Amino acid sequence: MRVTEELKSLGERIRAAATQRRALRIRGGGSKDFYGAAPQGELLETTHLTGIVDCEPSELVITARAGTALAAIEQRLTEHGQMLAFEPPRFGERATIGGAVASGLCGPRRAYCGALRDFVLGVQIIDGRGDLLRFGGRVIKNVAGFDVARLMAGSLGTLGLLTEVTLKTVPRPKAECTLQFELDQPLALERMSQWAARPLPLSATAWHGGRLLVRLSGAQAAVRAARQALGGECLEGAGEYWEALREQRLEFFDAAQPLWRLSLPAHAPPLTSGDILLEWGGALRWLRGSVDVDGVRALASRFGGHATLFRACTKPPEGPFHPLSPSMLALHRRLKAVFDPQGLFNPGRLYPTL
Amino acid sequence: MSRNSSSEESTVIARLRRALAPGAVLSEREDIKPYECDALTMHRELPLAVVLPSDEAEVAAVLELCHEAGVPVIARGAGTGLSGGATPRSDAVLMSLARLSRILEVDPHARIARVQPGVRNLAISEAVASHGLYYAPDPSSQIACTIGGNVAENSGGVHCLKYGLTVHNVLAFRVATIEGEVLAIGAGALDLPGYDLLALLTGSEGLLAVVTEVTVRLIPKPECARVILAAFDSIVTAGGAVADIIAAGIIPAGLEMMDRATIAAVEPFVRAGYPLDAEAILLCESDGTADEVQEEVVHMEEVLRRAGATECRVSRDEAERARFWAGRKAAFPAVGTLAPDYYCMDGSIPRKCLAAVLEAIREMESKYGLRCANVFHAGDGNLHPLILFDANVPQQAARAEAFGGEILELCVRHGGSITGEHGVGVEKLNHMCVQFAGRELEVFHGVKRAFDERGLLNPGKAVPTLRRCAEFGRLHVHAGQIPHPDLPRF
Ligand SMILES: Cc1cc2nc3c(=O)[nH]c(=O)nc-3n(C[C@H](O)[C@H](O)[C@H](O)COP(=O)(O)OP(=O)(O)OC[C@H]3O[C@@H](n4cnc5c(N)ncnc54)[C@H](O)[C@@H]3O)c2cc1C
Repeated sequence: MRVTEELKSLGERIRAAATQRRALRIRGGGSKDFYGAAPQGELLETTHLTGIVDCEPSELVITARAGTALAAIEQRLTEHGQMLAFEPPRFGERATIGGAVASGLCGPRRAYCGALRDFVLGVQIIDGRGDLLRFGGRVIKNVAGFDVARLMAGSLGTLGLLTEVTLKTVPRPKAECTLQFELDQPLALERMSQWAARPLPLSATAWHGGRLLVRLSGAQAAVRAARQALGGECLEGAGEYWEALREQRLEFFDAAQPLWRLSLPAHAPPLTSGDILLEWGGALRWLRGSVDVDGVRALASRFGGHATLFRACTKPPEGPFHPLSPSMLALHRRLKAVFDPQGLFNPGRLYPTL
Repeated sequence: MSRNSSSEESTVIARLRRALAPGAVLSEREDIKPYECDALTMHRELPLAVVLPSDEAEVAAVLELCHEAGVPVIARGAGTGLSGGATPRSDAVLMSLARLSRILEVDPHARIARVQPGVRNLAISEAVASHGLYYAPDPSSQIACTIGGNVAENSGGVHCLKYGLTVHNVLAFRVATIEGEVLAIGAGALDLPGYDLLALLTGSEGLLAVVTEVTVRLIPKPECARVILAAFDSIVTAGGAVADIIAAGIIPAGLEMMDRATIAAVEPFVRAGYPLDAEAILLCESDGTADEVQEEVVHMEEVLRRAGATECRVSRDEAERARFWAGRKAAFPAVGTLAPDYYCMDGSIPRKCLAAVLEAIREMESKYGLRCANVFHAGDGNLHPLILFDANVPQQAARAEAFGGEILELCVRHGGSITGEHGVGVEKLNHMCVQFAGRELEVFHGVKRAFDERGLLNPGKAVPTLRRCAEFGRLHVHAGQIPHPDLPRF
């Protein structure tokens, strides 16, 4: 493990903060500052930790320092005919790979190719004692020790400062085609579910306002056959649509009202109130407008899912994320203490007492 | 008479008897003997007692009771584990999950199955086959091993290159903690609030909690599959071909390698028609729609030939495909006929290092005076060297172990891991000291304590104590450096 000057000075800063018990707010490009509860503490930035450390086409693996721009990583992978399967949203040009892993957010392809955490192979972190630690590795199969690397995905920087990440990549599909259907919500959910049970090369689905879009990706022959099986013509310029969906630049995401993210079993019934946008075959449902925090949460719980107040001007006191049961919260706090015994990193960002 | 007469122990057994259905607590020697080891048979010990709970409430009751009494508990599925994860201890209760063997729900519409932990891996695919679905991870032991064991080991199979390991195919768990509390981890949505405990628990070797229910993802069976049998005149060329396939943007449904020793051992068994003069063969499978497979097979064959394959045979029908695979599936037992004993190793490396590592293993054969057959998940870079020896010849077992140890260290040096899919268990505790530094091991112990403060669940497995590493003398000293010496510690 190479210990660079940057890593040393970051370790020193963390140790100093630990001695003085100062909270640290970890930040990559700041593109996800809005996500979770309001960040608190002295700024600890990864902007100097940049660069792709290793990226070999035959390995389908990329290792990069945490502050490397997501755009730079995606560009390099494109050159190799590869990509990040989970299509992490950037939400701005400055988004970093460390921030992507810490937020754990995934784009349109997630339901069909796997989540960010599925592609995390290894991490290097600095923990709350200022120690540089390494978990996982650069190989796809590795069951030595607990899977701490995947635990980092979505932990919102509460467990440590990510300094380097290794992710599995996938080859870019050779062919792609997006089909469009006019359907209401119940029928769209039914279709998405039926199609997912067939061996079709689905790579994204989205429904809003009576229009269902279905993206097919894969070998020429597979995409052609699926297009024939599902009917319809390939939509021109669909790439821009999926990009806008991933980056939340569609009109739906514009309004000033609160935006809820509901993660539900795909077969949960259609939602009947508010403006709804469906992704992931129905497993991800964006709800625009509702201010009834308890109502939305109860709804999500009823169907076995959870609700996040994704974007809002005011956030509820229990935080934007779905509250955990007391035992689960206690377990989370014990886990947090393993990595960050003094609670330096991003206090309250994930849960008020974490 | 129970084997242990100490009063404290017998009270625990008596209390377990009261808590469980009649016949669910075994303590007679002949009853518990079958549980004395898992598939790592060199480690044997009789447990204090064997308990056979039949539902989640009983699992929780056993845990609560043992926790209160301070008695360790070791979970066991089918006992096919190869690293001694379910090896008993004389002071511990062995809890078999075999009676929790019901498939609770199959929802073909949602493409999920909710099953108890003692359900066999293959039983899931069989139960959902009529819906055109299956459960993708397919360890070779799938007729016997349980889903609970698969979760504990994060097991893989021949198809995990394309379809993922256990961790990629589970949606939710119910688990019982050592205190006997039942927690729901996920519920069928694609992600969960808070930390990703689903990922943390997968592969945790029964050290964090006992899995009492698993919701698995089912996927549609591909329309068609064909396999290419490619022969090579050197193992190095074959290793290079594996890297070329992946670099060409192909993700085969399976990509397995067998070396000459393995081919020679399996061919008389299965008559698969393997070329006996080849130094190595690759089995490279494509699945999907008929057209897609056709297109991919052409591309694969082109890459394999360019990489130096001396011969490529594409399966013409299902019978031939089954025959090509039969040799791979029979490889372990077939190699078993070559010598009285074999030691199955499990390390993983970056694909690009395959050729170099296989070469180095070759050289170690003469160093240790033992033969080694290689049959493995080449596409994943997951090696399974089978070291042949005769335990009756003095020193051979020790030499085999040393040989295996050197292979694992080689894997770590190449940026790989000491275990790709079999777990650490008791077998690889020492090698953990090679792969991890002291501070990382401390974090693992911390994670363990966050779930199990008193260290009663499967104690002594998977994560070595720092003292053990110090005694083993291999506290991750890489290239003569101690890990980040410049960072002072608290
Ligand atoms: C011939 C053969 C071929 C094999 N091939 C493969 C292969 O291709 N790929 C592969 O990955 N493995 C393979 N294995 C290894 C083994 O089958 C797997 O590790 C399997 O997942 C173990 O399942 P089991 O039910 O037998 O678990 P056991 O051996 O009984 O237990 C394994 C571990 O899981 C824990 N455990 C079991 N049940 C639970 C539970 N409900 N909750 C918490 N912890 C639990 C135990 O404590 C132990 O640590 C093979 C083994 C054999 C003998």
